[in-house]
Amino acid sequence: MTELVTEVGGPGAPASGPPARARQVLRRLRSDRPAMAGLVVTVVLILAAVFAPLLAAIEGQDTTTFHIQLLDSARGGVPRGALGGVSADHWLGVEPTTGRDLFARALYGARISFTVAFGTLVVQLLLGVAIGLAAGFGGRVADAALGRLIDLAISFPQLMFAIALLAIVPQSFPRPVLLMLVIGLFNWGGTARLTRGQVLSLKTRDYVAAARLSGASPARIALREILPGALPQVLTYAAILLPTNMVSEAGLSFLGVGVHPPTSSWGQMLSTATTWFRADPMYVLVPGLSLLTAVLAFTLFADGLRAALDPKASPRGRR
Amino acid sequence: MILYLVRRLGSLLVLLVVMTAVVYGIFYAIPADPAILVCGKGCDGAQLAVVHHKLGLDQPITAQYWHFLEGLVVGRDYSSGPDVTHCAAPCLGYSFQTDLPVLSLIAQRLPVSLSLTAGALVLWTVTGVSLGLVSALREKRLTDRLITVFVLGGLGTPVFVSGLLLLMVFCGWLQWLDFPVYVPLTEDPAGWARNLILPWLTLTILQSAIFTRLTRTGMLETLSEDHIRTFRAYGLPERRVIGRHALRGALTPLISINAVEFGVVLVNAMLTETLFGLPGIGQLIVQSSNNVDLPVVAGLTLTAGLAVVLANTAADLLYATVDRRVVLA
Repeated sequence: MTELVTEVGGPGAPASGPPARARQVLRRLRSDRPAMAGLVVTVVLILAAVFAPLLAAIEGQDTTTFHIQLLDSARGGVPRGALGGVSADHWLGVEPTTGRDLFARALYGARISFTVAFGTLVVQLLLGVAIGLAAGFGGRVADAALGRLIDLAISFPQLMFAIALLAIVPQSFPRPVLLMLVIGLFNWGGTARLTRGQVLSLKTRDYVAAARLSGASPARIALREILPGALPQVLTYAAILLPTNMVSEAGLSFLGVGVHPPTSSWGQMLSTATTWFRADPMYVLVPGLSLLTAVLAFTLFADGLRAALDPKASPRGRR
Repeated sequence: MILYLVRRLGSLLVLLVVMTAVVYGIFYAIPADPAILVCGKGCDGAQLAVVHHKLGLDQPITAQYWHFLEGLVVGRDYSSGPDVTHCAAPCLGYSFQTDLPVLSLIAQRLPVSLSLTAGALVLWTVTGVSLGLVSALREKRLTDRLITVFVLGGLGTPVFVSGLLLLMVFCGWLQWLDFPVYVPLTEDPAGWARNLILPWLTLTILQSAIFTRLTRTGMLETLSEDHIRTFRAYGLPERRVIGRHALRGALTPLISINAVEFGVVLVNAMLTETLFGLPGIGQLIVQSSNNVDLPVVAGLTLTAGLAVVLANTAADLLYATVDRRVVLA
């Protein structure tokens, strides 16, 4: 494929000294209001997910207990009362047909969502950085072969493979780990392409030549001299993968190949909600808005981080 | 140009072989036995062996894979007992579940998926380009900000959430539309369109957000270029500067974006089909994956991969014809 997408960020990330640069980035980030709002919401959501058992205990509910008495059996198991059965006991109402507490289920859904998103990120970074480094540093043949692989990985309909894989792996394999592996395995192309671009530009720097002349092995140059220079850009880019991973997990769970019941996940809740959108809109809104809020907050923060780190946008036009 | 084409098609071929090999490898490594699914409950050892033989599962994986490739290129014969069925090239085999040829299964579902994506493609290109254009021309004003909010929201909303919200509003509260049921275009064009409104909108929200953003950046970039300044300096009417010259520069990248995004569209169409229960390709792959229907899954991944790679190749060529600065390498 013709090189159409220009490398994000481009050369020049580690130009100035780290402390001054870090301060500058922080200052810019602090003045970016949407990014800060995103950060605050992100932190709140992550805390809520971490302390999910505590919060559910304060509400006095758990994710699995059925509350059949709260349902209207004449109407097919729709929760009694307004807004899907919102009450002092059930802050966000209960699930239709089972009467399980929605607040607790949404909280535990956040846990799955964030765990899978971060775990996937680790897989993506390991794969993407390794392949990008090899492509950028490994000479012409390696670059050509790996470059094609990267192009393919970027344009391929990964979810199709993921569905097939997830459907056939035995149920005994821990599902969240499997999701991390599968989503990560099919979505590392962007990280690899960016790493490759960074490596190609850093490779020609004087300090790298100096290291080579002083007899450092290629492996040492790649890992100790080039990688640290490339990492800031790569990590910033990676932040934008978090919301994408959350959507992938939700999508796979929506299709029925994600985490298994009774573990709750937003995608799975949405998939059951397809039959309840008329009778119990609250059941659509709780997981739907949770997912939207999380994705939006993560995206705003990641975008802000990237803008703050972008050398092109610096006040004196340093590149 | 011709050399480039030959090389592209060559790598395409290699790619497809690798892809099928991966699919076969994955499925062969799994413990589930498709023969048990085909044979049904209460199937004894002897019957199972017959089914195994009929499906070719008693052969080593390499032989099975070879026959699959053979079927693709020259067609193959299936013998089950006395009668022999010939499956002409390109033969994707027969479904373990329904015994129907995979190719016809795909062909059966294709109109649904095509109706969904083609209709939505028109919608999102039109809305995306016009919103992006307006946004760029009104940069930093209220309209631009509103459109930016739409883009952020659209990009962050997965199709299964936006689709559900649309269902809730238009089917639930307003009751303007019924829950979509697929009606073939040839039977009832009006019903076809009415039932596809919500699925189309669902896909359009996400994709047009992508297009709006790209058109806006492309337009702003082009407008700041020297040749546009020159046109303006010559006193060309603004409408002509934008309509004839700036728009062309801004829209060229969209060709390749549509191709690169093709895989994304495929996946989102799949999710949309599942949400609305449309009997398309997406539904087929979810069902056959759950049933370990190997020939169908292999056939579908192969077809999808082929479509993605072809779309990319076509876009590269088209791009090179529209934009002379691109050098094919």
